[in-house]
Amino acid sequence: MAVEDLVPTEYSAGFVTDVESETLPPGLDESVIRFISAKKAEPEWLTDWRLEAFAKWREMPAPLWAHVRFPEIDFNAISYYSAPKSAADGPGSLEEVDPELLRTYEKLGIPLHEQEILAGVVKERPDVAVDAVFDSVSIATTFREKLAEAGVVFCPISEAVHSHPELVQKYLGSVVPQRDNFYASLNSAVFSDGSFVYIPPGVRCPMELSTYFRINEQNTGQFERTLIIADKGSYVSYLEGCTAPMRDENQLHAAVVELVAMEDAQIKYSTVQNWYPGDKDGKGGIYNFVTKRGACIGDRSKISWTQVETGSAITWKYPSVVLRGAESVGEFYSVALTNNYQQADTGTKMIHIGPNTRSTIISKGISAGRSENSYRGLVRTSPTAHGARNYTQCDSLLIGDTCGAHTFPYIENRNISSTIEHEASTSKVSEDQLFLCQQRGIDTEKAVSMIVNGFCKDVFRELPMEFAVEAGKLLEVSLEGAVG
Amino acid sequence: MKMLEINNLHVDVDGKRILNGLNLTIEAGSVHAIMGPNGSGKSTLANVLAGKPGYEIVDGEIFFDGDLLNDAEPEQRAQQGLFLAFQYPVEIPGVSNMEFLKASLDNLHAARGDSQPNAVEFMKSVRSIAADLDLNPEFLKRGVNEGFSGGEKKRNEILQLLLLQPRLAVLDETDSGLDIDALQVVAEGVNRYRSENNAILMITHYQRLLNHIVPDVVHVLAEGEIVKSGGRELAQQLEARGYAWLTE
Repeated sequence: MAVEDLVPTEYSAGFVTDVESETLPPGLDESVIRFISAKKAEPEWLTDWRLEAFAKWREMPAPLWAHVRFPEIDFNAISYYSAPKSAADGPGSLEEVDPELLRTYEKLGIPLHEQEILAGVVKERPDVAVDAVFDSVSIATTFREKLAEAGVVFCPISEAVHSHPELVQKYLGSVVPQRDNFYASLNSAVFSDGSFVYIPPGVRCPMELSTYFRINEQNTGQFERTLIIADKGSYVSYLEGCTAPMRDENQLHAAVVELVAMEDAQIKYSTVQNWYPGDKDGKGGIYNFVTKRGACIGDRSKISWTQVETGSAITWKYPSVVLRGAESVGEFYSVALTNNYQQADTGTKMIHIGPNTRSTIISKGISAGRSENSYRGLVRTSPTAHGARNYTQCDSLLIGDTCGAHTFPYIENRNISSTIEHEASTSKVSEDQLFLCQQRGIDTEKAVSMIVNGFCKDVFRELPMEFAVEAGKLLEVSLEGAVG
Repeated sequence: MKMLEINNLHVDVDGKRILNGLNLTIEAGSVHAIMGPNGSGKSTLANVLAGKPGYEIVDGEIFFDGDLLNDAEPEQRAQQGLFLAFQYPVEIPGVSNMEFLKASLDNLHAARGDSQPNAVEFMKSVRSIAADLDLNPEFLKRGVNEGFSGGEKKRNEILQLLLLQPRLAVLDETDSGLDIDALQVVAEGVNRYRSENNAILMITHYQRLLNHIVPDVVHVLAEGEIVKSGGRELAQQLEARGYAWLTE
């Protein structure tokens, strides 16, 4: 099969799954929070924690500093809980999952057939354990037994609250506190599900872990919460994917991801984000207002974020690392592509606290159509961060002349022994480059995708192999029609 | 057999007439040289043949192997076998030369309905051509023309010519910016390409290239039309006397 045949010609994940759901009516008050908490049979401390977050959120103004425009969100017009009826009792074994839901993930190319993979029947994506989150609930988590043999815990966070209460209580909100920001506080109040990962000391997680988020129900928001804890000397590579149906209304996705890396632990977190971006006139699409942060609390720990962003009508997200442990390392590799009327304000924060901490930021922004693409990054060294080093490279590529690329770097240096480097460039896909490709028999769409892939190479190289292929294909699809 | 036939070609660039009733016929197996003073329209001819945007044909026709080319997309012309060796090859950062060559060959094969080239054979032939052109194999991993010297860029064009084996090669001042040794290497490459089945249209300012790639026909282009055609000796006359006597 030729590669072209594998590439869908439009947003292929835009279908709706017809399942009967239990959905809360729109609106947000304490009773909604109590309902969600009761639904998960949560302990009292967590209900209180949510209510506390809600009280704080009500006092906060929505942030307006990002370089994005959208009408004010009516938080009472959103439903905060929706779950397929068949999944009401929580995830059981794969055989118990509604076949309609399984088919949904099959259509999206997400392997949930653990049996076949284990038996070696399905070879295309081996060694990936998947937690599938559908609207507000996790419907299946694969390979749990195999992971358990290694001592790895990989389960829905709603389940971890019961099975590992001490870890959840200790680390939930330890990286992103309840009052951190407007959307994180909202998430803390209403989060419904998400993934929980714990890697015990000295364990190298035997397979890639992955969570696949799917929004299906209309007028609902998705508020998932992910918590990954890597104990001393452990390693985990985690992948995240997201899609949603094509709808004319905007839908809110306000997630929180917290990563904790102890001494000598490493967490590699990769995202290929393909939320519905809206149509070519800017109608519909997901508002992706997400808080992702990792804490390198142990010495010599390392957290690495790699993201490929092609989706969302609006992206507002800054995967960050707090470098507390001595000699800890933070990395951020990002490709953000905007086309048509998409808007992205994305980047990172590297907070250097421990001595000899290091961070690297490589950001590639691609703007096409009438989109606006902003990089916003903070590098801060505190007085304790002796010998801290940061290297930032921030490149923008423009396709056409109706889009925008913006860079907002913030550098706060409070330590005289630190070294901070910032490089930035802006370039344009030139007509001469396109003509050279065409003259060699390559049509303009392929040429643009080849040029863009070349531009993103430094980031793609950081992605796990199969994700890199997927990311390349996704860029190709997302760029369709970018050249008139 | 007529490979290229240009009739009464009038071309405007930015509203200004550059080619003004040009006629030219090239047969398979022949090498034509086009010389002429600065601003006579030589590069315009090369670009309009390749279909570069911004070159407007206001009158006349271009036929390639009997097909009217006037409105064909640049990639269609390439797929039909028309190749332009650029005067100033542009850089494509991050796209490796090898990847670019593979994409080009794959697309040309696909357009002709040929099977895709075998990857191992492909690598072998690229490496062997590169070696013939004195190009370090490392250069195949670098971005297309990225950080290449002027001479390397020109040799890279010839590498593409030898790999893609087009029907018609239009060489736009391939000799400019080359030292004597590099010129020799490039000329050897072009001569290796030369055959009974294909044809070459060379655009040059200097007779010295024609010592290395000997043309069958030499044309003089002035003010947008061909004012004189002759054999090899015409180039030598031009070298001795300049262009003025032809346009007076």
